[in-house]
Amino acid sequence: MNNLWGDSLSSFWSAWIIVLTLGTIAASVWILLANRSTDKVPDADGNIETTGHAADGIEEYDNPLPQWWFKLFILTVVFALGYLVLYPGLGNYAGILGWSQEGQWEEEVADAHERFTPIFAQYQEIPIPELARDADAMQVAERIFQNNCAVCHGSNAQGSYGFPDLTNDDWLYGGEPENILTTLTNGRNGLMPSWQQLGENNIENLTQYVLSLSNLEHDEERAASGESTFLAACAACHAPSGTGNTALGAPDLTNDIWLYQAPGQTVADSIRQTLRNGRNGHMPAQAAYIGEERVHLVAAYVYSLRFND
Amino acid sequence: MKHEIVEKNVGLLAVLILVAISFGGLAEIVPLFFQKDTTEPVEGLRPLTALELEGRDIYRREGCVGCHSQMIRPFRAETERYGHYNVAGEEVYEHNFLWGSKRTGPDLARVGGRYSDDWHRAHMYNPRDVVPESIMPAYPWLFERTLDGEATPAKMRTLRQLGVPYTDDDIATATADVRGQQEITALVAYLQQLGTVLEGTR
Repeated sequence: MNNLWGDSLSSFWSAWIIVLTLGTIAASVWILLANRSTDKVPDADGNIETTGHAADGIEEYDNPLPQWWFKLFILTVVFALGYLVLYPGLGNYAGILGWSQEGQWEEEVADAHERFTPIFAQYQEIPIPELARDADAMQVAERIFQNNCAVCHGSNAQGSYGFPDLTNDDWLYGGEPENILTTLTNGRNGLMPSWQQLGENNIENLTQYVLSLSNLEHDEERAASGESTFLAACAACHAPSGTGNTALGAPDLTNDIWLYQAPGQTVADSIRQTLRNGRNGHMPAQAAYIGEERVHLVAAYVYSLRFND
Repeated sequence: MKHEIVEKNVGLLAVLILVAISFGGLAEIVPLFFQKDTTEPVEGLRPLTALELEGRDIYRREGCVGCHSQMIRPFRAETERYGHYNVAGEEVYEHNFLWGSKRTGPDLARVGGRYSDDWHRAHMYNPRDVVPESIMPAYPWLFERTLDGEATPAKMRTLRQLGVPYTDDDIATATADVRGQQEITALVAYLQQLGTVLEGTR
């Protein structure tokens, strides 16, 4: 943590603040005391001279403040002075309590660290598949997931258009504990290039071929002519059989799961769009945000989703 | 004391009122103009690029600041969720500040890099597509409108007068940098750099 509020004021500005603050308080006290009495005293009949202001026959007296009101003002002055002794307020004077905004935050963080570190350390020791069966740990992990992951992957972890469903057994980068841990820690960058240069005819043939891989309705003839293009252009990443490659994050095209099928879009249209424009998937690295211990827990949570069938 | 003197001379009353109410500002605000913490940028701070600057103006135009603050206070509950609390040195190139005071949606002071560009685009097009519980309005017109960049150099020159260190090169290429870009691209570029100059959450 940088020392962000550490730079103290120059002595001129420190003195400036002290003089203004104490001067204002002193002036307030003086005004208060100077108005304690009135020179308008009752005459022999008990009549008091008024200020001369009159409205609808109602005249204004020039009496001093009532006692309770006066004392309340004095109380605020006492409070202000007490505050200025205890807390920072007078230039560079830190106050007897030594309180600071930053210090209070550090204390809070230290308290939490002391309280939670042993719990996370204990979970850190447990291998992910085992931890995924621990109900208490998963309750903690679910909260972390909801706070950090649900924004993209959904509160039910089923993802949405462009964001992978974590509850099925289709894994872009592998679903083993170490794969999940790597994904969470370092993030992932998926890159499907655009194949616009192949021309619309080839893109249509490829689309039909990819549809055929998942046994979806397709044009036999076009699919047949798309196969050779697929083997030449796509097989390097998606494998000749179309089952993908988790080392590259190339999706399996044979399981009828379509990450980029927009709401209301047909599978064929989403494939065409992918081929024409390419896709850029980006999973941000989480280690810097939530720390390794929580990454371990969330990895176990994601692993545990497969038990919920 | 004769308060009558003050009460019956409007000019004197006005002067004394001004003196009284300016003292708070003189003590609390003026010293900040001369303090390093508030006047010098933190290490690594750079002015917004032309595209990010246009994105910032779209952020202002659409009233994002009405529902999203950009002010992480130094409380653990906030730093756990959003990251390092705001420091003044991060804001020296901000004219005006977009700290906000209302969190109908989450704080955005450090949203940069948190989600993918695709997520932001999907979310801005229709928030319900990615977060079903969301009550944020959709901004589909950001995908239709493009920037012409004609006013961008003028904006940068004005900011330079206010102390943002834009170079002549920055200003010369500004129009070309943003011309033809979708508004959403500019907005996402702005969002993705928010708060990224200070790293780490704890």
